[in-house]
Amino acid sequence: MRAFSKLFTAIDQTTSINEKIDALVRYLQAAEPKDAVWTVALLTGNRPRRTVKTSELWAWCTEQRDIPGWLIAESYHVVGDLAETLSLLLPENPGHALQELHLHEVINNLIALKDKDDSERKAYITGTWKMLSKPELFVFNKLITGGFRVGVSAKIIIKALARHFNIDENVVAHRLSGQWSPAETTLPMLLSDAAADSDSSRPYPFYLAYQLETTPEELGDPNEWQIERKYDGIRGQLIVRGAELFVWSRGEDLLTEKFVEFHPLKDVLPPGTVLDGEILPVKNGNILPFHVMQTRIGRKNITRKALQEAPLAMMCYDLLEYDGNDIRHRPLSERRALLQQVLDEVSRRVGETPLLLSPLVEAASWDEVAAERLRARDHQCEGLMLKRKNSPYKTGRKKGDWWKWKVDPLSVDGVLIYAQRGHGRRANMYTDFTLAVWDGDELVPFAKAYSGLTDKELNEVDNWIKKNTTDKFGPVRSVVPFQVFEIGFEGINPSPRHKSGIALRFPRILRWRKDKSPAEANTKNDLLQLLQAQQ
Amino acid sequence: MLTFNNNGIYCERAGLYIDPWRPVKNAIITHAHSDHARYGMGSYLAHHLSVPVLRFRLGADIQAQGIEYGEALEVNGVRISLHPAGHIWGSAQVRLEYKGDVWVVSGDYKLQHDGITQPFEPVRCHHFITESTFGLPVYQFPAAQEVYDDINQWWRANQAEGKNSVLLTYALGKAQRVIRHLDPSIGAIYTHGAVDNLNQVYRANGGHLPETIRIEAATDRKEINGAMIIAPPSAAGTPWLRKLQPYRVGICSGWMQLRGTRRRRGADRGFVLSDHADWEQLNTAICETGAENVYVTHGYKASYARWLREHYSLNAVEVETLYTGEQAEDTADAEQTTGSDESIQ
Repeated sequence: MRAFSKLFTAIDQTTSINEKIDALVRYLQAAEPKDAVWTVALLTGNRPRRTVKTSELWAWCTEQRDIPGWLIAESYHVVGDLAETLSLLLPENPGHALQELHLHEVINNLIALKDKDDSERKAYITGTWKMLSKPELFVFNKLITGGFRVGVSAKIIIKALARHFNIDENVVAHRLSGQWSPAETTLPMLLSDAAADSDSSRPYPFYLAYQLETTPEELGDPNEWQIERKYDGIRGQLIVRGAELFVWSRGEDLLTEKFVEFHPLKDVLPPGTVLDGEILPVKNGNILPFHVMQTRIGRKNITRKALQEAPLAMMCYDLLEYDGNDIRHRPLSERRALLQQVLDEVSRRVGETPLLLSPLVEAASWDEVAAERLRARDHQCEGLMLKRKNSPYKTGRKKGDWWKWKVDPLSVDGVLIYAQRGHGRRANMYTDFTLAVWDGDELVPFAKAYSGLTDKELNEVDNWIKKNTTDKFGPVRSVVPFQVFEIGFEGINPSPRHKSGIALRFPRILRWRKDKSPAEANTKNDLLQLLQAQQ
Repeated sequence: MLTFNNNGIYCERAGLYIDPWRPVKNAIITHAHSDHARYGMGSYLAHHLSVPVLRFRLGADIQAQGIEYGEALEVNGVRISLHPAGHIWGSAQVRLEYKGDVWVVSGDYKLQHDGITQPFEPVRCHHFITESTFGLPVYQFPAAQEVYDDINQWWRANQAEGKNSVLLTYALGKAQRVIRHLDPSIGAIYTHGAVDNLNQVYRANGGHLPETIRIEAATDRKEINGAMIIAPPSAAGTPWLRKLQPYRVGICSGWMQLRGTRRRRGADRGFVLSDHADWEQLNTAICETGAENVYVTHGYKASYARWLREHYSLNAVEVETLYTGEQAEDTADAEQTTGSDESIQ
């Protein structure tokens, strides 16, 4: 535990990426192998199921200090992190600790709580609390609550592992993807060639693009670029290896069970095929809005009705594995030709399948490309993808060969009516806003927005909110309806759950409209018109 | 005897305000931070160590009178005296007594001893006006000596790596406190002009500090290696600071207790060092006054007032003021006011 706490502190006390990598490498050099693999798992979000409930932690913490529950709740809203709040509230214990225990032993103890009765669970947690110094308390509470978001990105971990084990970063990224259990492996095993062969479900790391910030002319000759539409669905990988099929989302969730339409493909696609594409609801050749799929994905059991209303297909972008071989290094033009060949072969053999080939946008000049971009919404798309024809399939978000060129978001002006404190680095500041539009002379909430303002603007709004609060209920403040913000979003859907009757997709703040008075904000009618225009 | 109005905390009987935020005729000032000491008052009364700072910040020509702690004045039957608040050097609580009724305006205060400020003294009263900057139980500040040790150790470690150490602190109060506890045997201590200005006032009035070097336009930045540099928070991210590379940045503030604030501020190190009272200190201070009526100003005033009502059965209410206390975010001068006149309605 001591080594892990020290690693955590070292990472926490620097803002430099290189110093974080150094700290990780130092840790890996000395760490007990079982601890090392757990550390990598925790820092990449691979964590054991929680065995202690938040309400239990609250109750036990309240007993340790003579403080009413409402004050603990108030503290939590200020601190913005459960584990940290508990650590700050619990009494300080002088020095001696459970540092002699290994990280993996503590984790195993926590996992074992699942079969214990309440009094044993309580005794273990509160007993351990009493043995810990403040920094260790925090780490221990983080282990209980999960979610080790500590300013270490997957990139940093990959770089550290690559350096420590002297393996190529792309290989490390690939081996870390997919499902693996830290309880059943070690880092050398996980990162070895054998591991890659034995796990047929393992996806490749996705290649992600940045938004184009220059004019497309700067990309050179348009003939060197493959132009596709950017669809708004779930980016996924469809894997057929052996006689098995797996579907992964970009967030590296294994979603095979959710996509029953794809299951027959395991007998149709040749073994050793990996497709990259966008999973979309498609009915009679028409792409349906995203929210149609969303309701279906959220459900545990897929009903016949859902299957009929939201049949899914994959719009295929790329071919990553062909005939059992990783072909990511081959140029896009070759991969595209092979992809077309694979899909043609499939439809020749079995006719219609849920696999579609992402159509190419034909354009002779950048002007034509730009015009095509503006028509993106007509195709239920967010914009265009620009991909260099000779590009390999890279790992993670990279600049240079692939760009997304999204259309400008839709926008409306809304009035700030409620504010709530944020989490993480926005803790103790009112940064989570609820915005409203006019419905007659009433303001009805239509969106929550958390991002888009600079730190300086956030300070200013936070200050303003504190001075213009009209009412407080729990962590929420209602404020004088005065500030107007321009809200950008990608799409608009009907929603019976919201008072305004609509729900926005990816709302965020585009601008603080200090030049506008609340009376000049948009109306519910404006939103309904946008909704109609989209459908 | 005291009321809160649009100008500040008012004593009608004596015809004066305490820490007013609009120009009035007579003002008593608890301490010289700019959310408490503002321009334009007809006359200022403060502790005699505060007066030179008021003159420096508000102009040499202000009408200002300095008195000693415990020294009493009588204005229209109101007996007025100042008592140590322990916040920064020269800070005072204001005690007002009229016909046996005693009010204390504490301004900002802390119970922790800082080595340069006369420590807080509890004053018995019936009505106590308190801040609540850190009025939540999550704020439990570590012992000051531990923090000084951490700072010196951090300085040594940075120096060993060939880096400067930059500490961002309020120029008035916190900076002198930190400098006093630096270990000058480690290396040279440099200051930003805004800090040095107040160091000069402090030294001229009998304060002792280790030797410091003011960074001027002509100062050769290459000479500054492995040094400690004390600068106000407004220096963060400025070209002035960047010229001092390579360095690590530390921030001294009570807000550094929260990881979120520390990460937001982008500092390498946060040192939990405050000139305000933490949760325990607030509770202790309020209990020791024996006051039945408590007026809670700037900070977590609603929840802290509720706590005082429920836990100590005090008659506690929250009061709206324009004091800002220690600020979690200060890209502008930390001691500049953020309050604007439009917001007091």
